[in-house]
Amino acid sequence: MRTRRTAAAIAAFATAAVLVAGCSDSGGKGSEEKPDEGGKGGKVSGPKLTIAMVTHSGKGDAFWDIVQKGAQAAADKDNVEFLYASDDQAQQQAQHVQSYIDKKVDGIIVTLAKPEAMKDVLAKAKAAGIPVVTINSGGQFSKEYGALNHIGQDESVAGEAVGAELGKTNRKKALCVIHEQGNVSLEDRCAGVKKAFGGATENINVPGTDMPQTQSQIAAKLQATDDIDAIVTLNAGIAEAAIKAKADSGSKAEVSTFDLNEAVTEQMKNKAITFAVDQQPYLQGYLAVDGLWLYKTNLNVIGGGQQVLTGPAIVTEKDVPQLEKLAKNGTR
Amino acid sequence: MSTATVDERLLRTSVWKKLLSRPELGAVMGAVAVFVFFSFAADSFLRMSSLSTVLYAASTLGIMAVPVALLMIGGEFDLSAGVLVTSSALASSMFSYQMTANVWVGVFVSLLVTLGIGIFNGFMLTRTQLPSFIVTLGTFLMLTGLNLGLTKLISGTVQTKSIADMEGFSSAQTVFASEISIGGVNFKITILWWLALVALATWILLRTRWGNWIFAVGGNGDAARAVGVPVTKTRIGLYMAVAFGAWISGQHLLFSFARVQSGEGVGNELIYIVAAVIGGCLITGGYGSAIGSAFGALIFGMVSKGIVFAEWNADWYKFFLGAMLLLATLLNHWVRKRAEATK
Repeated sequence: MRTRRTAAAIAAFATAAVLVAGCSDSGGKGSEEKPDEGGKGGKVSGPKLTIAMVTHSGKGDAFWDIVQKGAQAAADKDNVEFLYASDDQAQQQAQHVQSYIDKKVDGIIVTLAKPEAMKDVLAKAKAAGIPVVTINSGGQFSKEYGALNHIGQDESVAGEAVGAELGKTNRKKALCVIHEQGNVSLEDRCAGVKKAFGGATENINVPGTDMPQTQSQIAAKLQATDDIDAIVTLNAGIAEAAIKAKADSGSKAEVSTFDLNEAVTEQMKNKAITFAVDQQPYLQGYLAVDGLWLYKTNLNVIGGGQQVLTGPAIVTEKDVPQLEKLAKNGTR
Repeated sequence: MSTATVDERLLRTSVWKKLLSRPELGAVMGAVAVFVFFSFAADSFLRMSSLSTVLYAASTLGIMAVPVALLMIGGEFDLSAGVLVTSSALASSMFSYQMTANVWVGVFVSLLVTLGIGIFNGFMLTRTQLPSFIVTLGTFLMLTGLNLGLTKLISGTVQTKSIADMEGFSSAQTVFASEISIGGVNFKITILWWLALVALATWILLRTRWGNWIFAVGGNGDAARAVGVPVTKTRIGLYMAVAFGAWISGQHLLFSFARVQSGEGVGNELIYIVAAVIGGCLITGGYGSAIGSAFGALIFGMVSKGIVFAEWNADWYKFFLGAMLLLATLLNHWVRKRAEATK
């Protein structure tokens, strides 16, 4: 009986807290602007196609969310039914592709983060006469595996762009933060930074699923090596931890990051992030679906079968006014 | 034998021997060894600002290691503890944002939700009699899915919206994620939370009836029940304690960053258990201490940051981390063996 009374007391207290404390006059959902329905043009007529996308994304990755939004926008316009599956285990990813082949979809979009695992299943897609477009990473394997074309960003090139940008502001020593030890594309980015940057570059591994630990890890590094004057993070979430770590350690280092989102545009406005490298994930999804539609209806191939690069685009504080709202809607 | 007339339970033991028989002794020695080692291995380790970083890292683990240690003394595990921290932060953030409510309302709703999950764990365990490994593994997977699914459903993306501009944020930040300046060096408030929890848990374990129940339940549940210990209530209470720790950690996470990534926290449950075990808890239950878990967390914090201060090659980080933890635990084990031998 006592526990029940306690529970009732807690519930009553919580209700009272809601009533007494009431509402917030600032922020929250109440201050949200209605997103305008821009970008949704008229639909094309013609037969309804089915296009499937299979990526190597882990669950809950903000980046792939934007890719899907781009793909869905193109699908809506092109009268396409868009299907999506993902798995960070290569074998599972290949099985998803196989099931879409069995389903006889009209086109397949895949990522080649683990190229060897996708080779066989892409040959099967070709044998079944289903056109394939590859996106994001692994562009050098695209043609070999029989894809129409590749739409994405070369990670090394993107890293080099960051290195060159750091050189422009006379940085001396950069810290590249790897949030997933052993991830090839992250290592490629840091290697690219090192290659194009005039100064020294050091890497550090942080536990990317634990923000406080990531923050203290970067702070420790900044305290140990106090001549670091540039921090490069490889996704938007880690950039937040780097900004905190910089304050904790009293470092003067500039923070710049890969990927763009609402938080990053805010931090650029606050001058906490100097620049971001955008690889336009929305465009990767959009062009892949649109490209397959063009191929199916008119036998066009975007880029004439060559790799189409969607990045790296360097975004700075100057670009924030235009991008802010788009980032808030989750399309940039 | 002249002493044969005195019952051995009434024998006076020296303070030294009493100290030697404490579960946390090995962990204290391990912590001292790690501290001395990095004082020599890393130039920047001994600066006050560096120690503040180490203490911060130790405190965010330690806050969870304390209730996890109590739970392990009570003979159970909680594999959902890592993601529960994220769930707690998400609940608080999304409730405040969606209801446009003062963030303190979200903080209290989150407390209820988190404690509710703790009760669920305890209830499932005691009702089904299944091993806690299985029950909490189920909760772990379900929470991982819920964190992502609900966040995406409610916020539209995989991270929550910023609540930094909402009412109550700054006062909540003061409580959960502020800094205290001592002699020009800033220390995080999580260190205070950590110390307070260690003190509270130690008092409960050593000075209250509940402490006796916890040891009894972990030592032998059936025997404890037979002598009238409320076994079911004790177990559910322990899971609620873990949930309470997750609530504090979750609010710290939220008020440090103002937004929460839904995929965080996976894997931390094992680190909490590691801290408790280094601190002298037995995996079989019935033995351990809250102070020990604090030293376990401190060892983990010192090693993980010490490697960075020592500027060892980053590619080998995990190897060094594992090796140092193993060495610290071996020392701990060795000290305890010696202590038992001298009894």
